[in-house]
Amino acid sequence: MSNPDPRSVAFVRKTMLPPEPPPARASGAVLWLRENLFSGPLNILLTLIGLGILWLIFSTLWPWLSNSVWNAESMADCRKIIAAAHGPDASGACFAIIKHRWNQFVFGFYPSDLYWRPVLAFGTLFLALAPVLFADSPKARRIVTGLAVALTFVISAVLGATVVELGGMAILMLAWVYLIETRTGPVVLASLIYPFFAVWLLWGGTIWEPAMALAGFVLGFVVWRALSAYGMFAFAAAVVVAAFWWLALSDIVSRGIATVLPMRLAPVSSDQFGGFVLSITIGVSGIALSLPLGVILALARRSDLPIIKIMAVIFIEFIRGVPLITLLFVASLLLNYFLPPGTNFDIILRVIIMVTLFASAYMAEVIRGGLAALPKGQYEAADALGLDYWKAQRLIILPQALKISIPGIVSTFIGMFKDTTLVVFVGLFDPLKAMSDTIRASFEWKGAYWEPYIFVGSIFFILCFGMSRYSMYLERRLKRDHR
Amino acid sequence: MKKSALFGSVTVFALAASGAMAAEGDTLKEVKARGVLNCGVNTGLVGFAAPDANGNWTGFDVAYCKALAAAVLGDATKVKYVPTTGQTRFTALSSGEIDVLARNSTWTFQRDTDLKLDFVGVNYYDGQGFMVRKDLGVSSAKELDGATICIQTGTTTELNLADYFKANNMTYQPVNIDSNAEGEQQYMAGACDAYTTDASGLAATRAAFADPENHIILPEIISKEPLGPAVRHGDNNWGDIARWTLFALVAAEEYGVTSANIDELSKSSQNPEVQRLLGTSDDLGKMMGLDAEWAKRAIKVQGNYGEIFAATIGEQTPIGLARGLNAQWTQGGLLYAIPFR
Repeated sequence: MSNPDPRSVAFVRKTMLPPEPPPARASGAVLWLRENLFSGPLNILLTLIGLGILWLIFSTLWPWLSNSVWNAESMADCRKIIAAAHGPDASGACFAIIKHRWNQFVFGFYPSDLYWRPVLAFGTLFLALAPVLFADSPKARRIVTGLAVALTFVISAVLGATVVELGGMAILMLAWVYLIETRTGPVVLASLIYPFFAVWLLWGGTIWEPAMALAGFVLGFVVWRALSAYGMFAFAAAVVVAAFWWLALSDIVSRGIATVLPMRLAPVSSDQFGGFVLSITIGVSGIALSLPLGVILALARRSDLPIIKIMAVIFIEFIRGVPLITLLFVASLLLNYFLPPGTNFDIILRVIIMVTLFASAYMAEVIRGGLAALPKGQYEAADALGLDYWKAQRLIILPQALKISIPGIVSTFIGMFKDTTLVVFVGLFDPLKAMSDTIRASFEWKGAYWEPYIFVGSIFFILCFGMSRYSMYLERRLKRDHR
Repeated sequence: MKKSALFGSVTVFALAASGAMAAEGDTLKEVKARGVLNCGVNTGLVGFAAPDANGNWTGFDVAYCKALAAAVLGDATKVKYVPTTGQTRFTALSSGEIDVLARNSTWTFQRDTDLKLDFVGVNYYDGQGFMVRKDLGVSSAKELDGATICIQTGTTTELNLADYFKANNMTYQPVNIDSNAEGEQQYMAGACDAYTTDASGLAATRAAFADPENHIILPEIISKEPLGPAVRHGDNNWGDIARWTLFALVAAEEYGVTSANIDELSKSSQNPEVQRLLGTSDDLGKMMGLDAEWAKRAIKVQGNYGEIFAATIGEQTPIGLARGLNAQWTQGGLLYAIPFR
C-alpha cells in the first residue's frame, strides 16, 4: 500500500485556493461602464451622443471661464486684459463686474456705513431659528450658532463697522447664544421678538415703533388669556383691542417714549433696499408668515363650519387663480389709488403682504394634503382622549400632518424665495434682473451679459439647495414609523 | 337693512376716495411739505439714468430731476429717485407715487390725452434707427427686406418698425427681446441681422462693443421720438413749474448762461432776458409760487442744457452723441425756449 503510484491516487485538496479576482471584463469600472453605458447598440449610441454634447458644452464654456478676469475697472479694461493675456480673438468672462459692484448685488443702495445692520439682522436670524430648526440636535445647533456668530462678527468688521457697533454686536450675540445653551423658555421668547428686532435693524428709526407693534400682540394675547373662558369671544376681543392699539395708540405712545429715550438708528428707507438684502428680507418674512397662515387656512378649509370653510375656499382658489405679478401690481399701483394721498404705506411691506398671501394659499393646499393623508383613526383617537379641537390639532394631528408635508412645504418655500425676483416689475431692485440691468446701465459695465446672471444664479442655488438639504435632514430626523 | 348699510358704507368710501383724488390738486404744496421731490426715472438706461458704484444716480434725465428739485426746494439733493419700468411708469405718475416722470418717455397723442398726462416739453429729440454688422453689406434700411430684426416688445419702436416695413413693402422676421441687454446679446450672438431701438440707445450700445468698427448705424431714422418729462393732468401750476424749469435750462444755453458764469451774470448782466431769467429784474418765479431765484438755482446744479448734454451723453463721453436735432434753433436744431417775460 505504501508508495503508491501518484497517478492512481485521486487528488484531494486540503486547503482552499485563494479567491481569484473576477475577470477584468466583468468587474470594476469596466463592468460598470459595460452595464450602464455600453450594454447594447442603442445605449452605445446614446452614450456617444451624450459625451459629444458634454464635450461641446465644456469646450465652449471652458475657455470663456478659464480666461475670466476678476480685476478690472470696466468692460473695456476686461477686454484689454484678456486680449493681452490670451490673444486678440480670445473671449473671456468678466467677473470683475461682480467684484466692482458686489455691494449693489448684495445690499442694493443701502448706505455703505450701515452694512453691518443687515449683516447682523441675517446673522441673528440663525440664532433665532437654531433652537427651532435643530431642537433635538445640540451638535448641529452649536455648529450653526457658532458659525453664525463668528461670520456675522467677521463680516461686519470687514465691512467697516465701528468698534462700538462691533462690541454691542458681540455682547448681544454671545448673550443670545448663552440663552440658547442654558434656558429653553426665554429662548422661544427671544425668537418671537426677533422679527421686530430685525425690522428695527433693517429700517432703523426709533426702536419704540417695532416695540409698540410688538406690544399690540402682547396686549392681544393678554386679553385673550384673561377672557379665555369665553371661547371665540375672547379671540375677537383680543383682535379688537390689538387693532385699536395699533391704529390709535401705538404711534402716540412710541413717539412719546422716543422723545424721552430715543434709541434711534439712522433710518433707511425702503427704496434703498435692493439686491439680496431685498430678496432675503421678502423671502424670509414671506416664509415665516405664510406657514402659520397656511396652517390656519388648511384647517379652515377642512372645518365643519360652512362660513369659515367657504371663506377659506374662496380665498385659496382666488389667490391660486391669479398670477403673482398681478398681485404685485395691485400692491404697488392699484392700492395708491385707494389710499388717501400722502399715506406712506411702505412698498416693501405691501409686497411682503402680497407674497405672503400668495404663498399661504399654496401652503394651505400642501398642508391640507398632509391632513388628508392622516388615517381617520388619529382624529378619532384624539376625540376619544377627550381633547378639544385645538388641543387635538396641536398635539396629535398637526405634528403628523406637517411631518408628512415637509417636502411640499419646503418646495413652496423655495418657489416663493425664487419668486421674490418678480418684484422687478414693481420697480424694486431684485438682484437677478433689476440690479443687473441697472449696473449694466452705467457705461463702464455695458455689455456684461452672462456674468451677473451666473453670479446671482449661483447664490440662489446655494440658498435654495441649503433649504432643500435641511428639509431632507428634517425628514430623516422625524422618521418615526416604517422602520 | 343690511344691504342699505353696505351700500351706505360703499358710498361713503367712494366719496372719501374721490375727495382724496380732488385733494391731490396742489403738487407744489405737497412737495414743499414733504421736502423731497419724487422723480420717476428709468431703472437704468445708459447716459440717461443710472446709479454709480456708490448708488448715486446720474444721467441726462436725472439732471432734470435735480434742476427741478433745486428750483422748487432749493436743494438739488432733495430728490427721491423712483425707478419705474415701462409698465409702471404712467400708473406711478397718475397714482401720485411720483411728482414728475423724467424717464425718456415718448410724447404721443394717446399718452397726452387718454392716459391723462401732460408732457411739459421735449428734453431729447430721438428717433428709431437700425444697427447692422458691417459684413452684412447693407448701407440703407431699405435693403433690409427679409431680415431678422431684434425688437423690444411693448414699445413704440415695435409699432414703428411694422409701419416702416409695411410702407416700404418689405417683410421682416422679428426676434422679440425684453431688455436692451438681451437685445445686445442676441444681436452679438447673430440671432438677428439688425437691432433696432432709439438712435441714442444704438449709439451707446455700439460704443460699448468690443469691436465698434465692425458695426454701423444705418442713416435712416424711421420715427419721431420726442422724449420729455411728464406730469399729471389737472395741476397746471405744477405743470408750469416743470415746463419752465426745462425751458430755463434751454434758454440759459441760448443766452450763454453757464454754471461757471452764472453768479457773475446775475450781478452784472445788462441783458434784460438774462436778468429776467436769473430773477434780478421782474419776479417771474412769484407767478408760479416760487421765489425769484428759482431758475438760477436750477441752472447752477449741473449747468445749462448744453452743459448737461455734454457731461452725460455728449461727444466727450463714451456714449458720444452729437447734438443733431438737439442743438439750439440758432444752430440748426429744434431747441427753442419760449421767451421769459
